[in-house]
Amino acid sequence: MSSIPLHQPESTVDWNLPNKSRVGMTALIVGESALFTIFVVAYVFYLGKSLTGPKPSDVLEVPILGTICLLSSSLTIWRAERAIKNDRMASFTAWLGATIALAVTFLIGTALEWRKLIYHDGLTIGTNLFGTTFYSLVGLHATHVVVGLFLLSAVFLFSLFGWIDSRQSERFGVVALYWHFVDVVWIVVFSVVYLIGR
Amino acid sequence: MSEYSLPAREAVDSALSETTRGTFLESLHAWVVTVDHKRLGILYILYSTFFLLVAGTEALLIRLQLAYPHNQVLSAQVYNRFFTMHGTTMVFLVGMPFLFGFANYIVPLQIGTRDMAFPRLNAFSFWLTAFGGFLLYYSFLGGGGLYGVGNAPDVGWFAYAPLTARSFSPGHATDYWALALIVSGFGTLGTAVNIIATIVSMRCKGMTLMRMPLFAWLLLIVSMLTLVTITPLTAAQFMLLIDRYLGGHFFDTQAGGSSLIWIHFFWIFGHPEVYVLVLPAFAIANEIIPVFCRKAIFGYPAMVAASVAIMFVSLGVWAHHMFTVGMTSVSNAFFTLSTMLVGVPTGIKIFNWIATLWGGRIRFTTPMLFCIGFLFQFLIAGLTGIMLSVSPWDWQLHNSYFVIAHFHYVLVGAIVFCIFAAIYFWYPKATGKLMDETLGKWHFWLFTIGFHITFDTMHFLGLLGMPRSIYTYQPDRGWNFLNLVVSIGGLIQGIAVLIFAYNFIRSYSRGKIAGDDPWDAWTLEWTTSSPPPVYNFEEIPEVHSRRPLWDLKHPDDPDWEYEA
Repeated sequence: MSSIPLHQPESTVDWNLPNKSRVGMTALIVGESALFTIFVVAYVFYLGKSLTGPKPSDVLEVPILGTICLLSSSLTIWRAERAIKNDRMASFTAWLGATIALAVTFLIGTALEWRKLIYHDGLTIGTNLFGTTFYSLVGLHATHVVVGLFLLSAVFLFSLFGWIDSRQSERFGVVALYWHFVDVVWIVVFSVVYLIGR
Repeated sequence: MSEYSLPAREAVDSALSETTRGTFLESLHAWVVTVDHKRLGILYILYSTFFLLVAGTEALLIRLQLAYPHNQVLSAQVYNRFFTMHGTTMVFLVGMPFLFGFANYIVPLQIGTRDMAFPRLNAFSFWLTAFGGFLLYYSFLGGGGLYGVGNAPDVGWFAYAPLTARSFSPGHATDYWALALIVSGFGTLGTAVNIIATIVSMRCKGMTLMRMPLFAWLLLIVSMLTLVTITPLTAAQFMLLIDRYLGGHFFDTQAGGSSLIWIHFFWIFGHPEVYVLVLPAFAIANEIIPVFCRKAIFGYPAMVAASVAIMFVSLGVWAHHMFTVGMTSVSNAFFTLSTMLVGVPTGIKIFNWIATLWGGRIRFTTPMLFCIGFLFQFLIAGLTGIMLSVSPWDWQLHNSYFVIAHFHYVLVGAIVFCIFAAIYFWYPKATGKLMDETLGKWHFWLFTIGFHITFDTMHFLGLLGMPRSIYTYQPDRGWNFLNLVVSIGGLIQGIAVLIFAYNFIRSYSRGKIAGDDPWDAWTLEWTTSSPPPVYNFEEIPEVHSRRPLWDLKHPDDPDWEYEA
């Protein structure tokens, strides 16, 4: 400095700012929530407004198994987070594998449900307003599950090859944050589509 | 400026920042692959300057067509494409990239860090935005698909349903509109995430939130608002594409769908978007006005609080665009009152700027002139906004030139004026050269005179009943003279912008050497060299007040002794 201040106040302050990746992911989640809100609003707005059948109560079955799988995957990924933080890598790989398996089960459930709706009940995205809003909303959520699955699978491969350890626990925490968000969104979608809308 | 203060420190060894010039291809490659926030900021600004000229040309052609009744310069169809493209371009390819460009360049320097939080995401966001822009303009060639000679979107920048349905808008023009904005919307989302993470997590030591420059504060607020603003538009555009390509029925009135819900979704995006654009303009004024009246900003905490208030209130006013759609009296009353409520924090800001000017030693440089123009015009824009918020008044004037005049007072009179101010203010930082003051004053006065000739007159055209979006009019309506005046004003603004463009290019090689701190300013970006080195600061600074450079210049009278 070309000029030295006469005195410096509070020269030794603690300076801790939040982790930037966590902040970034939180911001992304806020944006994504707005995106989902619009689709949920459209779904609720169009409830019962279809001019032709089938109606939700005719064809929808509550996907209990899929929901249990997806919600419990939040628990397994939380265990994986704790494992990587304490550098128990074998346990981390196992819990992460379990998370992936649960997510895949959920997606298979959705696929079977859609297969039944399309081939058995004849409900497509163009059939009526229910079809349009249902496939858009559930499909948007499923897309997010698929994206999360890609992220988790990448981390899973890394851990199989032994490329990560507890130093990456903060980064894995960011992936887990996204996964928890996907789960919370499912609670909303599930309530709106299968409980309120049916 | 040595009469005011001690010289600022040279932050770097100048030998280090000298780079050897490579061949043209090498430097082009370096600009394409760059992840440096300063280069990306410059890319954003050049990109939006380019589209400013393009959309400005479209506006001039529109005005040429409307200068005389029964004019034949543009056909009705081309006219529709031009006002659609003018609006879409100005909002998405000019307004937002300009402001994000300034955010990219200035925010990391102001908060004392070496780059944005996610440099590669930053580059990715810019190229997504750029791709979106060029995709939109490719529609002039490819919009007609395989049949037809090509056409651009012609559904208005708000693209109301059911006009956008496949049966009413065949070809691909509307798809270009939706896809281009989805792509650039993802870019915008990425930049917003990046700015938030940068400001929250990358501030230098000692820069608490209440010591942050107001520019950074407002950009933080804007980015948070962007997160919940741009995504509803993306969602609605997904729905539109589902309707157009997968046979969905979201906005298909024949199958029970509602065109009203598109209008809601669009304005849930569209109104906060106005604040996404205008808050950075406030941010620019917050930096420039204090520097040129030699006083610290008046009422810093009130400015922050007012900005946060605007962010929240602006989310609840969208349906004031829809009074003529036919809502219940309760909705009309609610949205009238909430719209008036926005005037309160905005008024607080205007009073704070005036109080900052009060008793200051004002230097009327070009950036300051633009800021004073902004203050005056934004006040009028706010007042006509209050008029339009009264729903019966809006029923009378909705979709007339009064509304056009009102929102151009905001978008041009406030935002474009602040963008010009910011370019004159930070150009020396980015290039090391000052822009020419004489040409700058010509630019300011011509632009201001042209602006008022155009947009003051437009209010009267609106009161006389001229509706928007018409490509021509009957000679016996009494609009002829005023329309000619409006068009002449547009031409004067066009000349002013050409002077600006000439000054912008010429100053790069011929401008006076600026030095590190040409305006005797107080924020951290002026402590480093002009242009700053890639790493910004040799050592990360530590700050103790809102005006760290003042503290360095005046060690005998530092700010921290007065700030709470």
